[in-house]
Amino acid sequence: MDRKHEWRNTMFSPEMKMSDLVNLDYRLLTVISRMGIKVGFGERSVAEVCSMNGVDTATFILVCTMYSLPEFVPDKNSIAAIRPGIIVDYLHNSHSSYIKYGFMEIEKAMKELVEPCDTKQKKIILSFLAGYRKEVENHFDYEEQTLFPYVRAMLDGTADGSYTIAEFREQHSNIEEKLEDLKNIVLKYLPENCDSELAGRVLMQLFSLAEDLDIHTAIENNILVPVMNMIENNGAAV
Amino acid sequence: MKVFLVIPSKIMAEGLVSVFNDSGEFHVEGCMSELSHPGELMFRNIGADVIIVDPILFGHPSRGDVRQYFSRFSDAAIVALPSYSLEEEAKEQYDAVISIYDSPAAIIKKLRKAVKSSSSSTQQDVKDLTSREKEILVCVAKGMLNKEIADKFCISIHTVITHRKNISAKTGIKSIAGLTVYALLNNLLDPESVE
Repeated sequence: MDRKHEWRNTMFSPEMKMSDLVNLDYRLLTVISRMGIKVGFGERSVAEVCSMNGVDTATFILVCTMYSLPEFVPDKNSIAAIRPGIIVDYLHNSHSSYIKYGFMEIEKAMKELVEPCDTKQKKIILSFLAGYRKEVENHFDYEEQTLFPYVRAMLDGTADGSYTIAEFREQHSNIEEKLEDLKNIVLKYLPENCDSELAGRVLMQLFSLAEDLDIHTAIENNILVPVMNMIENNGAAV
Repeated sequence: MKVFLVIPSKIMAEGLVSVFNDSGEFHVEGCMSELSHPGELMFRNIGADVIIVDPILFGHPSRGDVRQYFSRFSDAAIVALPSYSLEEEAKEQYDAVISIYDSPAAIIKKLRKAVKSSSSSTQQDVKDLTSREKEILVCVAKGMLNKEIADKFCISIHTVITHRKNISAKTGIKSIAGLTVYALLNNLLDPESVE
């Protein structure tokens, strides 16, 4: 593989300092923690820190690029160079972080926000949020129980061929719709007696969750799906 | 996203299919080499997000023809992939123009942009819901089906769908659960009548 080609379209390189990468885009701290990489980088390069933490550098840089450049579409060569196993671990850790932190914080802030509303309104808004959470959990459960085991089995060579990536692409549902609805409900139709500073904070959390989920979906559709297509067609693990 | 091709050149059509196969984001649902009536029905059923067409099929139409033709049965973004050099004026009829020399990444970028701009241009930027829209919203929130709503108001299902599209465009809320929240917060609905 022509290494130079891989980094051509990206703003990050294996040789740059890991601390510089974070200074370029601090949101990449999310990627770093989900990849299981510890902070306290010293002067070490991206490649050094990745190898110390057992993370493939090309895969790490590709995910960072997807995060920082929303318009970025990875080409065939950079997709062929990644390790699907790392992507699956990353997606799995993202799922737990959405459930453990993202939703918990939003639910807590939301409860506080609608506290002054009357019981009826409170109930409606909170049950909408709970319904959305359930939908997202179901979406994640499918990937945890069906997609990820399939990818791991393909990589081990133990897949029985009963499931293909085309099936995933077919059923991959949209979990952004209700979040978009929730943003609009808070932004446009929140009862007047709610605290506006709190509302602002909740909105920031909703926007940032939406952005994060967008990238999450893009990583599934634009990295995982094509790389598994390649593996299925070549009949061997990359 | 669903893509439909109307491209007479096999080479160009196959090339596009391979670009989309590599990306996973867009999926070619069907391909025709010319415009035909059965094809129109297919667009309608498939609900394509993007239609990619070689403008050569339209000859040299007067402005607006291409858009008018497709708007009869689809609200997809219309993208041109010309097999010849297209005049500047003709380009304006499309949401995007891709070239056979574009890189796959550039093609995907253009399509994404086209889908975005075509969906925002159909969004009506009007303030409040009309009283008919409010009535329909209440029915949707109660969980009624389009057919039931159509029967209740003696209108066609098609009209119900148009109303629902406008409601979502105005409120920014698409899911039934979200519309129910809207209806309740705006006192259009008695909370006892749901659940």
